[in-house]
Amino acid sequence: MSSFTLDGQTVTFDAGQTIMQAALAAGIYIPRLCYHPDLKPHGSCKLCTVKVNGRQASSCTYQAQDGLVVESNTSELNDERRALLQMLFVEGNHFCPSCEASGNCQLQATAYELQMMTPHYDHFYPDRPLDASHPDYLLDFNRCILCSLCIRASRDVDGKNVFALSGRGINTHLIVNAASGQLADTGFSGDDKAAHVCPVGVILKKRSGFRVPIGKRSYDIRSIGDLAEPGES
Amino acid sequence: MPDTAVLDIAYLDAIVERHGRDANNLLQILVEAQERYGYLPPAVVDALAARLAIPRVKIEGVAEFYSFLHLQPHGTYRVLFSDNITDHMLGSGALMKQLCHELWVEPGKLSEDGLVSVNATSCTGMCDQAPAMLVNGLPIANLSAPRVENIAELIRKRVPLADWPAEYFRIENHIRRKDVLLNSAFQPGSALAALLARGGAQTLDEIKLSRLRGRGGAGFSTAAKWEACRAAAGEQHYVVCNADEGEPGTFKDRVLLTSYAEMMIEGMTLCAHIIGARQGFIYLRGEYRYLLDHLQQVLQRCREQNLLGQDILGSAGFDFDITIHLGAGAYICGEESALIESLEGKRGTPRNRPPFPVTHGYLNQPTVVNNVETFAAASLIALNGGAWYADIGTPASSGTKLLSVSGDCESPGIYEYPFGVTVEQVLADCGASHTQAVQISGAAGKCIAPAEFGRRIAFEDIPTAGAFMVFDQRRDMFEVARNFVHFFAHESCGFCTPCRVGTSLLKNMMDKLAHGHGSPYDLTEIEQLDQLLLSMSHCGLGHSACNPVLDTIAKFRPAYDRRLAHREYVPAFNLDRALTQARQMTGRNDAGAHLGEYE
Ligand SMILES: Cc1cc2nc3c(=O)[nH]c(=O)nc-3n(C[C@H](O)[C@H](O)[C@H](O)COP(=O)(O)O)c2cc1C
Ligand code: SF4
Ligand code: SF4
Ligand code: FES
Repeated sequence: MSSFTLDGQTVTFDAGQTIMQAALAAGIYIPRLCYHPDLKPHGSCKLCTVKVNGRQASSCTYQAQDGLVVESNTSELNDERRALLQMLFVEGNHFCPSCEASGNCQLQATAYELQMMTPHYDHFYPDRPLDASHPDYLLDFNRCILCSLCIRASRDVDGKNVFALSGRGINTHLIVNAASGQLADTGFSGDDKAAHVCPVGVILKKRSGFRVPIGKRSYDIRSIGDLAEPGES
Repeated sequence: MPDTAVLDIAYLDAIVERHGRDANNLLQILVEAQERYGYLPPAVVDALAARLAIPRVKIEGVAEFYSFLHLQPHGTYRVLFSDNITDHMLGSGALMKQLCHELWVEPGKLSEDGLVSVNATSCTGMCDQAPAMLVNGLPIANLSAPRVENIAELIRKRVPLADWPAEYFRIENHIRRKDVLLNSAFQPGSALAALLARGGAQTLDEIKLSRLRGRGGAGFSTAAKWEACRAAAGEQHYVVCNADEGEPGTFKDRVLLTSYAEMMIEGMTLCAHIIGARQGFIYLRGEYRYLLDHLQQVLQRCREQNLLGQDILGSAGFDFDITIHLGAGAYICGEESALIESLEGKRGTPRNRPPFPVTHGYLNQPTVVNNVETFAAASLIALNGGAWYADIGTPASSGTKLLSVSGDCESPGIYEYPFGVTVEQVLADCGASHTQAVQISGAAGKCIAPAEFGRRIAFEDIPTAGAFMVFDQRRDMFEVARNFVHFFAHESCGFCTPCRVGTSLLKNMMDKLAHGHGSPYDLTEIEQLDQLLLSMSHCGLGHSACNPVLDTIAKFRPAYDRRLAHREYVPAFNLDRALTQARQMTGRNDAGAHLGEYE
């Protein structure tokens, strides 16, 4: 069977698997935000950057190959990942204590995992109005990290194209498929895959807030790194 | 302004039909629709969504990616000042202020009567005749205060662009030094005749022998690229000419497209023969829209002479034709995989690689992407042979290179040299004196200080896509770097975190220094950010965004030290000044209404 080494540990893989997929199957955590096991990889957040034979590559898009030497859990890479997290925090408006996703949020959990203590950079404080038009769901764009998971889920799984990226550079933002620009006027429904993939707290179900108290949520109980046990994907 | 209710849908339908109702041509359709309507009103978006059977969200996402497309009204006259440092050195900043003042508009905002908008845009490729602007997509160079005053008058009087003085729109070639490429009296058809006489495989051998390397910047072996594409399996193969020329300070492709287009087209055609392509594209940057009619005419002439079309030059089965696609104001679309996305009518986001375009390019088929100059050189090699070409230049960098010289010199323009020419020689030839620095290969390139002027233009020493911007001792190299940093922040495609956020952070940090709030702490921060861009970014834009700053910090440190007004960290904003409004509202100005720093 083919294999590569990841931080010195031998990881076997099936043909066609990416480094991320092989690592997940082996129960090894590589930080990630724009990857979801059910969706086509995108390679944009760059949290999953590893060194493959000494060169940086996104592990979620890089095909595993026999004999590769992959480094992931090094202080150099983790320092850089922490800086990426800090960038994501200052790019949007993240007030964790008042966020319904707190404790279930992968951005927050990854920041804990990588011991990010402060946002470090100056905040951008972008102006991103909420969309509360839909009867069952709320969009709080303040927290959007532009990972495009909802876009891929809606397009590739739901067959709907409810979401898309618009703008460019630091003005990149999420839009919805309606002339009014409002979620209520799209084909979005709570049964969509897209309603359940947001790694942060943008796409929120109404009238269900704080059912699980803070302190008892996914990443309050286990760190995000521990979740990647064999079979999780 | 078009009334969306009475939108001329028949015209839109004609555009859609002309583009085969194909969503891959979305960008082309949007560009043409905007030329008609001035912007892309919701009715156009809805109509296109229905006709192309694509979600409107996709159309909006594409439209908002490209600087030249607008979902909101942008005025009957849309003025864009070229924002390159070479434009600024010749006073473009003051000219833009003047025009805004005369027309009573704020930069970036539509005038209240909907008549005009004035804004800045990335380098328009007119650096040798700067300052320059685009009016409704057409370039006007050699701007001066009287000319701007006149332009304001023409706009106020709503004179149609067709009736503006013709000399405003005259663009010069400024060819200053010719070598084998610019000197060749190229006869249309001659390179293809040579190809057919020699055979495709043998012509590829000649290209190999010539050791031709790509002229778009990366310097990849052209023969290796063509060979890989020829060997790649696919239903169709494609040839793409990269005429996006977005690198600030580069304008040599503009001159080739203007006066050497046949040579480039024949280079594409012989590539098509070698790799087995039937369809080619020229991706022409939106800033060069004014060359579109000319290029269409050249293509038409080629068809009439059977240099394009079916059974080219009577060779049965040698079929090839070329379509021109326009860009719409996005530097990233010069990156080959982003260019291909854009050709497919999408947002210009660089793809994940591998796979590379030679195996998975346009519509996922094997595709060769080469620069304008590379294709022109290929024609020359087909005519004169690979050994002849390999003899020119240096062993690792064969042939000649066109340089786009601009900035502080007497004769800016196009200079063709054999590879290996020293920086010093170019400076002497263009009449530069008291030179402090040369920025080679654009914002993404290298900044060279006088101690290095003996170095050579060559892949093994100083590689270049062609830009050669000269700065004399009057110039502030910090401001040069800051201009480039603003460019990268504006042009970052926004796909990956490090570049999307990092280039804007870098811009804010450089602005902080410029505004006098800098300390050594900020310099360390800048260096760390640069390191992150280099190691984590998805594509070459992010990787090179740090170059201008790293180079100028290393070589022109005093320009930065002058900005470090503080020894200890201070915030980017002045806390006391932030309270000004509160003081005004409360009518207070006593010591208690000020922070400690206040004297
Ligand atoms: C951000 C970025 C911008 C680029 N812009 C251009 C361009 O405007 N023109 C060009 O020919 N190549 C450009 N390139 C290089 C292309 O990706 C590609 O290498 C080139 O077109 C290949 O042609 P060549 O081998 O003939 O040079 C750019 C690359 C990057 C990363
Ligand atoms: S809404 Fe959520 S899933 Fe969608 S792009 Fe933003 S962060 Fe990602
Ligand atoms: S490095 Fe910049 S330009 Fe390149 S993909 Fe990332 S955001 Fe886009
Ligand atoms: S998880 Fe790989 S780039 Fe985001």
